[in-house]
Amino acid sequence: MHSLARRRYHRAAPVILVALLLALVTGVAWAISQATSADAAVTTTADDVTEGQKLFAANCASCHGLDATGTEGVAPSLVGVGAAAVDFQVGTGRMPMQASGPQAIAKRTQFSQDEINQLAAFVASLGAGPAIPTAEQVDPALGDAANGMQLFRTNCAMCHGSVGGGGALTQGKYAPNLWETTPTHVYEAMLTGPQSMPVFNDANITSEGKRDIIAYLEAQDAGSPGGFRLGTIGPVAEGLWGWLIALGLIIASTVWIGARSS
Amino acid sequence: MGTRLNRAAAGTANYVDERTSIGGFVKFFARKLFPDHWSFMLGEIALYSFIILLLSGVFLTAFFVPSMTIVTYDGPLETMQGVEMSEAFASTLHMSFEVPGGLLMRQIHHWAALLFTAAIVTHMARVFFTGAFRKPRELNWLVGFTLMILSLAAGFSGYSLPDDVLSGNGLRIIEGVTRSIPILGEYISFWIFGGEFPGEILIPRLFTMHILLVPGLILALIALHLFLVFLHKHTQYPGGGRTHKNVVGLPLFPVYTAKAGGFFFVVFGVVALVAALFTINPVWNYGPYDPSPVSAGTQPDWYILFIDGALRLMPGWLFDVIPMEWEFWGYTLSWNLLIPAVILPGLFFGFLALYPWIEAWATGDRGEKHVLDRPRNAPVRTGLGVALITFYVILVMEGSNDIIANLFHLSLNDLTYFFRIGIFVIPVLAFWITRRIAFGLQRKDRELVLHGNETGRIVRHEHGEYIEVHEPLDEQERWLRVGYEDIAPLEIEPEFNDRGVRRKGYRWDRFKQRLSRFYFEQRISPVTPEELEEAQHAHH
Repeated sequence: MHSLARRRYHRAAPVILVALLLALVTGVAWAISQATSADAAVTTTADDVTEGQKLFAANCASCHGLDATGTEGVAPSLVGVGAAAVDFQVGTGRMPMQASGPQAIAKRTQFSQDEINQLAAFVASLGAGPAIPTAEQVDPALGDAANGMQLFRTNCAMCHGSVGGGGALTQGKYAPNLWETTPTHVYEAMLTGPQSMPVFNDANITSEGKRDIIAYLEAQDAGSPGGFRLGTIGPVAEGLWGWLIALGLIIASTVWIGARSS
Repeated sequence: MGTRLNRAAAGTANYVDERTSIGGFVKFFARKLFPDHWSFMLGEIALYSFIILLLSGVFLTAFFVPSMTIVTYDGPLETMQGVEMSEAFASTLHMSFEVPGGLLMRQIHHWAALLFTAAIVTHMARVFFTGAFRKPRELNWLVGFTLMILSLAAGFSGYSLPDDVLSGNGLRIIEGVTRSIPILGEYISFWIFGGEFPGEILIPRLFTMHILLVPGLILALIALHLFLVFLHKHTQYPGGGRTHKNVVGLPLFPVYTAKAGGFFFVVFGVVALVAALFTINPVWNYGPYDPSPVSAGTQPDWYILFIDGALRLMPGWLFDVIPMEWEFWGYTLSWNLLIPAVILPGLFFGFLALYPWIEAWATGDRGEKHVLDRPRNAPVRTGLGVALITFYVILVMEGSNDIIANLFHLSLNDLTYFFRIGIFVIPVLAFWITRRIAFGLQRKDRELVLHGNETGRIVRHEHGEYIEVHEPLDEQERWLRVGYEDIAPLEIEPEFNDRGVRRKGYRWDRFKQRLSRFYFEQRISPVTPEELEEAQHAHH
């Protein structure tokens, strides 16, 4: 039995397994990174516009109208919003809108990236507007995180919080958490100003500045050097944890010490 | 070995005693009796977190540079590279990221500060609800109250030291509040900041206040607080044999010295654990102070949050018609700052500080009290306490309104409208409900004393009657439930004498009577020996 086990589990087996696992993880990660950088470089053809128009008629026209000029009080005109707006709204699942409410909620994407590109091509064909940024424009590795911090603090933090954790706006609207948002979508949001967000065009924040902001947000992925972040919502969370965990644990121990004597 | 050790210890003790006569003190302290209850250790938590604050604070002062001189950051933090900042902020980053153990020490210091204030409030609540502030301890309540205020000053001055955006915004609010004080406000503000906000001298001033002035006062008052505890002797919970004239408990040595010593390490352990696991005040996220940006989720530490909440609650226009900012002869009177941030905390803290005298005066109870009240036996006081806590918690929640709105997907505006009405309604409801619960518990106590515990045993008599057997309480249990004072509301002389002449001072008396009635009109009296006798006869 023992010798059989020794033969089946070769001494090198764990090392080989770990190596294989690493190779698998690296391979998958490479494939994913290829996929994300691929969708940023978009070339459109006339076919895309026709396909996009079909998709638009089937999925968006009930509110935005067949000619995409919008419906008074229901949905805005999409003439001139550009491909970037479509890629952001549809790519983050905000459109098609799930239900009316204070603002459109990000949900699971309803279309493939190809379909989104076709929709974007159609909307872009209606009037000139901002295009989907290139992979280079949104590459966090090329940005300056320190400059991004200063830009973020003056332009974004009042709604999205100091490190992009999100925050409340009026009447149930809110500025979402930015940590899960892809660099392309962050860039497009600044460019097009979705929902309550103002537009930050290139005169406001240059293209490089936008990339610096993306680099700053990307730097948050490393987590906090101080331990768990408690949602990075600041002193309210800290106070709640101070009362519940710190004081809670200590009072529990006073009860324990008190109980042991009597 | 044992005898040699004993001889060495005795020799040392003798050496010290012969030169200081300290033996008498040691004997006195070692034999001092203390009653035992877990809730008597809440004040200890505050004391121990203060010791932790002193220890970790000494470490931090070795690295912190209290200066507002502008430097350019050049350190390991990528997101701050080349950013201009004050030396105070740069040294905070330096101690967090380059000094070994520095960040842990900072987090221990800050978590201990939150715990310090929380423990003080909890301890204060215990003293309030058990009536431990009554004669002869009113002055010690006032000392404790002052310590609470000083802990707020210590906390806020420390929170502002790193000179980051978050704390800078807090200082900006303090500046605005100071300026709202009529006539003097602007002078006080200029005096504090040495000119216009933010100025260049604030951080060094706050530093002196934070490491010298406030902790010095706190230390002195802690000494006075503990001295008075020794002088008055500790209060005790009601129970068999415990009266206003004795203390039932265990000696300080060896029982409490061992317990308290061990408990210090429990407190230190929990603080160190929390500090090692959870980020607190990540100033590197907020960035160096700059008066222009304010980020979402800008709040002070929890103990100042209620003032922030009051400011958020206050409408700029009352009922959309009456402006809360008045202008006359070129002066501005900002009621919208003055009411929530100056008058309201003043009334709240004033009531709290003077409560022992208010209650003694309203109830006319002047005796020395060494046995504590069970909160149910003082229904009005308990109700008032819960109402005050409710009031405070509503302000804290309003201070966190954006966080609550975001987490629970509520409308920020609706939340504020709700709290604007709630701040008047909910504390009154809380008072009423708490008092009713206290009455219910008192009735339950009467029931238990008169009829004993239900045993669940059903017995059938020979003549066919079924009864449930009740087991009478033992003496200790009964003592606990009948041993409280039954105070009737004040009776006053009539308004007119028999000749129809109005009596002087009648109105004042009537006011006192109303207060007394507020406390004692509705009350559940403890079971008297006669009632107990009668009930026992009825059973047999």
